[in-house]
Formats: sequence, structure tokens, C-alpha cells
Amino acid sequence: MRVAIVDESAVRASVIREGLAALEDCEIFVVTERRGLVARMGQIDPDIVLMDLGNPSRDVLEEYFAVSRVLDRPIAMFVDESDEESIGASIDAGVSAYVVDGFAPHRIRTILDLAIRRFRAYSRLQSDLAEARGRLAEREAVDAAKRILMTSRRISEPEAYAELRKTAMNQGRRIAEIADAVVTAHKLMGGQA
Amino acid sequence: MSEEFSIGFLPLVDAALPILAHEEGFAQAEGLSLRLVKDVSWATVQDRLLYGQTDAAHMVAPLAIATTLGRGRPAQPLSVPFVLGLNGNAITLRSDLAAKVSPQGQLGDPALVGEALRAVVQERAAAGQKLRFGVVHRYSSHNYMLRYWLAACGIRPDKDVEIATVPPPFCADALEAGEVDGICVGEPWNSVTVERGAGTIVLATAQIWRRGVEKVLAMREPVLEERRAEVEALVRALRRAAQHFVDPAALGEHARILARPEYLDGNAELIERALADRLLLHRGDDLVHFPDFMFQYREAANFPWVSQAQWLYSQMARWEGMTVTQEDAALAGRVFRPDVYRAALLGTDEPLPGASSKVEGSLTQITAVSTQQGNMILEDNRFFDGRIFDPLDVTGYVADLP
Repeated sequence: MRVAIVDESAVRASVIREGLAALEDCEIFVVTERRGLVARMGQIDPDIVLMDLGNPSRDVLEEYFAVSRVLDRPIAMFVDESDEESIGASIDAGVSAYVVDGFAPHRIRTILDLAIRRFRAYSRLQSDLAEARGRLAEREAVDAAKRILMTSRRISEPEAYAELRKTAMNQGRRIAEIADAVVTAHKLMGGQA
Repeated sequence: MSEEFSIGFLPLVDAALPILAHEEGFAQAEGLSLRLVKDVSWATVQDRLLYGQTDAAHMVAPLAIATTLGRGRPAQPLSVPFVLGLNGNAITLRSDLAAKVSPQGQLGDPALVGEALRAVVQERAAAGQKLRFGVVHRYSSHNYMLRYWLAACGIRPDKDVEIATVPPPFCADALEAGEVDGICVGEPWNSVTVERGAGTIVLATAQIWRRGVEKVLAMREPVLEERRAEVEALVRALRRAAQHFVDPAALGEHARILARPEYLDGNAELIERALADRLLLHRGDDLVHFPDFMFQYREAANFPWVSQAQWLYSQMARWEGMTVTQEDAALAGRVFRPDVYRAALLGTDEPLPGASSKVEGSLTQITAVSTQQGNMILEDNRFFDGRIFDPLDVTGYVADLP
């Protein structure tokens, strides 16, 4: 079975590819270049295409498949329409799937399930990364705010931190938010962060 | 407690009404809370709507009809209680091609530009080459407007030229790289293309059909029936948004809202240009003002005329070689729901037309029409070639087209 993965993010494509590698007699093609997509599809002649829901080229592929169906190359779009549950799951996970008409449903199902799991794994990876980056940025803001308080109020570091924490608690906000406010106010007053 | 309504949209200027209904509090005033879900392809907007992840969607009008008629996938009936806008698209050609077919510094006469283009197409054909055009979706008004214009000018789409799908954000790239020779796309993408020096705007689609239907609010028919009261509240909220949208004093504010990352994530200056019907045709030129380039509110622009849906059906049948049937024409017509629009706005100060269908293209001058409530004046609604679409004779109309 020929599976095409269309993804401009090479990292995500390889995460999905890895997941599908375990399947037997599955030939996997990865397309990361948007240009010439339709021609590439013609060469690959896939039984199933997996792509990210957020890929604008989807409309291009749908038209291509619609036209190739007219030309008696029976490629249908999306999974078996009766299978609402798996369609729902793939939309949730952010994956679109295009499947050849009348292909063995149980085999498609396995590929789709795997792909959905890999898409989810990838988005978890992304959100972990974003969270870690966010935390780093927060710590920088808190450090900067502490320095400002220490210089302007001539207090020690623990005192500066206690001050930030107290204000945060009183206002029911996060320490990082207070720190941001301190840094912004300081900049507005002409100081260096 | 307000009822939540989720609405899928694509980041385009004509997604403005649901966005403003939310941002300016019109939805809230009707007891609704809107959740806007952004996507990047029409196929995805359609999927989310059909599988219940959204309650309604900003959609290219022909796609709502194609979905109902079961084109490309099993049929699911959609309903359109509100038209989000008329026109707003333009045709942008590679600048060297534009220089050959269109007068400099202004939008040309569609018939003359078409005639000049035909000469180029014939020249190319002699050399064994075909011009390629991009439209944003197979089932888009862009596709049908472009084809209507080409065909009326003696250029046969699919035979003399190629027409392919190019998603809006890739239009400038595609022109620049020579993948296509022209595109028909909505704003801000023509302006983006021009600003990048990749093309020149030669026509506005409003020149092809002065009051052509563009984006609609589409929902699944069962959802519309089930949530009828809320849908009517939504229609009222959108109509208030439309009223506000055309207020010249609010242009800057609207452009800033639309430009935000969660909506169009774009350039507020370019967006404001589109809102103000101003176009930069060619990089380095002055802005040109084209009245009613985008048409959102006056003359009951939001009223879902059954005849508009049936014109789109006539074009779908024409280009896909389907046999035109009275049943399909009726089915397509039923997608547009003037009854819901009327029920929602009865008793407000909004004028409601007396009829739900009209002979499209027949108005050549300002005309007062009979109404159910209020006074209504309709302006020019011509097709550039002077043809008239009578919804009672779709078969005859299609048979008579070039």
C-alpha cells in the first residue's frame, strides 16, 4: 500500500513516517515541498494521503482528486463517509486523510489510527516545547523585575522576590505578570530593563 | 446565560461580519456568544461544519450548493440564512501580460480587456502554449466569475486556457514563479500580490457581475431547524454588524480588529484599503477608488436571493457538463433561506423585499422595488455582457450561453 505524507514541516513528517514504519508492506512517501505537489502525487499514485488539517494545499489536492476521478482514476476523499467516529478523531487530531475508493477499510483504519496517534504525539511535543520556552521567558522577566526592585529600592534579592510574590497574591495574579508589569513600567519611566 | 455559536472562517476580509458581530458586541446583545474557528482551507472549514465541530461557517457560496447537491462527497443539505457579502474579488495578471491587455492606471472595460486577452491566448495557442489561471477553489464564485468572463469574451475555459486551484496565500508566489499567468482572488491577496510587484490588477469581479453573490453564512439544515430562534438572533446580530461595517467613521477600527493575529493576522493598512474600496492596481501607481468593490449592506445585500443560488447552480452545471434539471435547480435554490432572513428581521427597521427571487442582470438603473416592509431601492445589477438570468428558465439560460 502506498502512503503519501504531505507536510511542509519535515520534523512532523518524519514523526509520522516513523510511526508508520512498523506497518508491513507499506511504502511511505514524504512530500515537504508545496511546489509541484500535484505532479508529485501523480508520480506517487498513493492509496492514501495523510496531511495536516492546517495545510492550505488541501483544496488543491481535493480538486486534483476530483478531476482524476473524472479521468477514471478512482480516488475518493476522506475516510469512508459512514465512519463518523474516525473522521471526528482525525479532525480533532488535526489530520486529514484521503483514501482511494473501495480500499480495504480495516487496513486504512490501522494507518489512520497510527497517524492520528503520531499527530497527537507531535502536537504534545510542540506544546511541551512552547511551555518550556514560556517558562524560560517568565524566569527572565522575574529576574529583570528583581534587579529593578533591588536597585531602585535598595533591597536584597529575597526581599525583592517576596515583594513580587506579595503583590501577586494581593492582586490574585501570577508572579510573572507582576514582573512583566514592573519591567514595562520601568521601561516607560526611561530605565533599562 | 448566552447561547454559544461556533463559526468557522478563513482569514479573508469578507469574514468581517461574524468577527465584528463578536468584537462589537452585536452577538452578545442578541444573547449569543460567538466562538470563531480559523482554518486555512475551504475543505477544512467544510469538514468542521459537516462533522459538527462548528455550528456555522463563512463559506464560498457555490461550495454550500455543491455540498447540498453531493458534488465531490455524499450530499448533505446546507442552509444559507444570510449572505455575508457581494463581490470583493479581483483578477490580477502577471504584469507583462497585464500591460498587453489592459489600459495603464485604471480598471479597463471587461469586454475590451477580454478581447485583448483573446488575442494573446490565440497567439499562445499557435505556439502550443496555454495561459494558466488560478482560482481559490473549485466551488468558488471566483471560478465561475472568471469562467463567465473568459467564455463571454470568446475564450473557452479548459480548452483554450487552464484553470487550477491556488490557495489565496500562495497567489503572489504562483504569479511570481510563473506557475500561473493570472489569478482571481479576494482581498487582501490582490493587494499583497501587487505590493510584492508580482502582478497587476486588471478587473474587479464587480465589473463582471455588478451584484454577484460572494461569501455566505452556511449551516447544516438540521442545525438551522433545531436552533431556529438562535439562528434568527444570529441573523439580527450579523445585520447590525453589516450596518456598522459600512460606517465610514469606523473603517480604521475595523481594519485594526481584522488585522489581529487571531483573525486575518495581516496588514491593517491593506485591509483598510479593501474596506474603503480602494485598490492599488500596479506597484508605484496611485490608489484607484472603485465604488462598491466590496458590497456588504445597502440594497439588502445580505438577503439570500433564491435566484443568486440558482445562478451559481447554472454555472456549476455549465462547467461540469451536468444536465440541468428543474429538481436540481429547485434543490440549489432551497439552500438560500429568505424565509429565515425575513422571520429574523420582521418588525425591525430593515427593509425586506417583497419577492425572494429576481431576474438577475436586468436592472440597468436605480429602481424602487415593492417590499414587505420599509422602502427599497436597487441599483445597477448588470452582467457585463448584458445577459439576463431568469430563474424560471435555467435550462434555456444555460443552453444559450457560449
